[in-house]
Amino acid sequence: MNEFTGNEIIHQYLRHNKKFPHVLCAGCGHGIVLGTLIRSIHSLQIPKDDVVLVAGIGCSGRLAVYGDFNTVHTTHGRAMTFATGIKMANPKLNVIAIMGDGDALSIGGNHLIHAARRNIGVTALILNNNIYGMTGGQSSPATPEGSTTMTNPYGQLDSSFDTVELAKGAGANYVARGTVFHVKKLEKIMTDAIERPGFSVVEAITPCHTQYGRKNKYKTPVDMYKWMKKAAVSIERYNEMDEAARKDRLPIGVFVENDRKGYEEKYYAMQANFLSKNAREGK
Amino acid sequence: MPRRKKRKEIFALGNEAVVEGALLAGCSFYGGYPITPSSEIMEIMANRLPKIENGVFIQLEDEIASMGAVIGASLAGRKALTATSGPGFSLKQENLGYAIMAETPLVLVNVMRGGPSTGLPTCPAQGDVQQARWGTHGDHPIIVLSASNVQECLDMTVTAFNMAEKYRTPVILLLDEVTAHTREKIEIPNEGEYEVFSRTVPSMPPEWYKPYEETVRGVPPMPPLGSGYRFHTTGLTHDRNGFPTQRPEEVTELMERIHRKIDQFFYDIQLVDEIQTEDAEAVVIAYGSVARSAELAVQQARENGVKAGLLKLKTLFPYPRRHQEKIMAKAKTIIVPEMNMGQMSREVKRVNMGRAAVRTINRIDGQIVTPSEILKVIMQG
Ligand SMILES: Cc1ncc(C[n+]2csc(CCOP(=O)(O)OP(=O)(O)O)c2C)c(N)n1
Ligand code: SF4
Repeated sequence: MNEFTGNEIIHQYLRHNKKFPHVLCAGCGHGIVLGTLIRSIHSLQIPKDDVVLVAGIGCSGRLAVYGDFNTVHTTHGRAMTFATGIKMANPKLNVIAIMGDGDALSIGGNHLIHAARRNIGVTALILNNNIYGMTGGQSSPATPEGSTTMTNPYGQLDSSFDTVELAKGAGANYVARGTVFHVKKLEKIMTDAIERPGFSVVEAITPCHTQYGRKNKYKTPVDMYKWMKKAAVSIERYNEMDEAARKDRLPIGVFVENDRKGYEEKYYAMQANFLSKNAREGK
Repeated sequence: MPRRKKRKEIFALGNEAVVEGALLAGCSFYGGYPITPSSEIMEIMANRLPKIENGVFIQLEDEIASMGAVIGASLAGRKALTATSGPGFSLKQENLGYAIMAETPLVLVNVMRGGPSTGLPTCPAQGDVQQARWGTHGDHPIIVLSASNVQECLDMTVTAFNMAEKYRTPVILLLDEVTAHTREKIEIPNEGEYEVFSRTVPSMPPEWYKPYEETVRGVPPMPPLGSGYRFHTTGLTHDRNGFPTQRPEEVTELMERIHRKIDQFFYDIQLVDEIQTEDAEAVVIAYGSVARSAELAVQQARENGVKAGLLKLKTLFPYPRRHQEKIMAKAKTIIVPEMNMGQMSREVKRVNMGRAAVRTINRIDGQIVTPSEILKVIMQG
C-alpha cells in the first residue's frame, strides 16, 4: 500500500477544500515536513481518526490545520503538555506533537525534557529552522553562534542548542535527525518514530530563507537547500571523521533507538493490576 | 422525601471533600503540581484514581503543564481536574484562556494563599478573587464558585463539574486555606442522589458536524478526540468550523456566543444562600470561611435586636447581581468582610450605586476575620 499518487494523498489527508492556499512562504521547508509526516502515516496505515496532531505556535504550529486528522493548535511551547494529557486519557491514539525550535527548545524546553524523562508515548516532531519564523526572525535557542537575526543585529553571542544531545541527555527512547533535503530518509525516520513505543524525538532541519537565510549567507531558498545537502552527513560517517572534518557538518540519522514501554503503558498496567486484584477479592 | 439509603459519613478536610465531590461528578483525570495549601487534593487523587477503572493521575513538571494536560484530557473526553494555589494559579492563566476560547470543560481549584508572590504559604487569604475573574488576557466570561465549609467543598465541586460540562467552559472553584484545611463531619451522597451532568456529544454524522455551531443553548456538542469527528481546535479566534478567522462578523459571532451561553443562564449559575435577609437592614455579603464568621455575627446581632442578614455568595462570578438588588430594597448598610484589600466589595459597590452605606472589613495579615469583628461593624449601624 505504499504506492499512491500525489493527488490521492492530497484528497485523502489534506483539508484541501477548506484550508488552502496555505500561509507558508514559497520555498519554506515546513510543507515538506508535513508531506513526509502524511506519507509516514499513510504507509503505516493508521486510520485518520486515530491520529492527533498537536501543534505549538509559529509557522510550524500552523501545519496542524492542514491535515485532515484530529488537530489541536495549542499555546506557544505547550504542545507537549496537551499531547501528554491526550495520550494519558486515550492511549489508543497516535499523538504527534509538532513544534518549532522556539516552541520545543525555548519556551517549552522544560516540557520536552520531562516528556523524555517520563517516556510518554508521543512523537515529538521538532521543525528546526534556526529562527523564530512567524514573529519575524528573532533569534531562537537553535540560532548558530555568530549569525545575525532581528534580535542579534551584532551576531548571536550564546551558543546554539543541539536538539539531539538535549533529547539524548533527557533520556528519550528514540532520537533522530533528518533534513527536508533528504526527504526519503526523513520519511523513514518519521515512520520509525511513530511506530515506536515511548517517547520519540525527530528533529527535522527545515530552511527559513525569509527570516534566517536572507540575513545570513543564504540569499535564496536554493542556497539553503544546497547548504543542507553539503552540511548533512550520516551519523555513521560522521563518527569516522576526525575533529577537523566534522567542523560545519551536521550529523543526521538515528542517534538513540530503544523500545522502552511508554509511561501510559506502565500506568495502565499498574491500574489493571489493581483492578484484577480487586476483582479477585470481590471488591 | 424519605432517603433511600443512609449516607456515608466521614470526617474530612475541605481538600478531601473536593476529591470526593470530583469523583462523584465523574472526574477521571487529575493533572497537577503540588503547592500549599492545595496539595492534599493532589495527594488523595494520586491514591484514588489509579484504582478506578480508567482513572488517570499524573504529576506534571509545573502548573503550565498541568493545565495543558487537563485540557488535552478533556478534549479526549475526560472530566478533568487540577488544583493549585496562588503562584500556580498565575501560571495556569494563559492556558485557562485557551480553555475558554476552545470551550473545554474542566475544573480548576485554587486554594488561595497570601500574596503577592510566594507570599504567605500557609495563611488564609482571599486575594485571588479578581485574578480568577480577569487573570487571563482578553474579554471573556468565567464561572467562579466558592465554598465556606467542608460539606460545601464537596457539593460545590460537583456543581463545578456540572457547570463545566453544561456550558463547555472551565470553572474555577476558589477556596481559602481555612475551608480547605478544616476537618468536619460530612455526608457523602449516595450514587444517583446528586444530578451529574455530562457534555452533549454530537448525534449527527461527522460530515454534518460543525464544532462551533450556534445552538439553542449556545453550547455546541463536543465529541471526544478519536471518535470519528475530526476537527480543528485552536486558541485563535475561529469560525464555526473551528478554523482561524479574522473576519469581523465571524469574530463577533464567536465572542458573542461564548458570552451569551453564560449570560442567558444566570438563574442557573448564580448561587447564593440568603440567611435572614427578608427584613434585614444590615446585610453582610461574604464568601468562603468569612461567611461562617458572618453567619455567627448576624445571629448575635439579631439577639441584640438588630435586623441583620447574610448574603452568602457561592457563585462569585458572574457576580450574583440580582440577588444583591433584591436585598437593596430594605438594606441601609451593607458590610463586606474579606481577607483582601477589597476585591469583592468593588462588585458590591458597583451594584449598590450609592444606595446603601457600604462598609468594608479587610484583613491582609494572614489572619481570619472573626465574628466579633463583623458584629462590631454591624452594631455601629
Ligand atoms: C507566550 C507566548 N510568547 C510569545 C509568543 C509569540 N510567538 C508566536 S510564534 C513565536 C515563535 C515561533 O518560532 P518557532 O517555534 O521556532 O516556530 P517557527 O515559526 O519558526 O516555525 C513566538 C515567540 C506567543 N504566541 N506566546
Ligand atoms: S517565515 Fe520562515 S518558517 Fe515561516 S513560512 Fe516563511 S520560510 Fe517558513
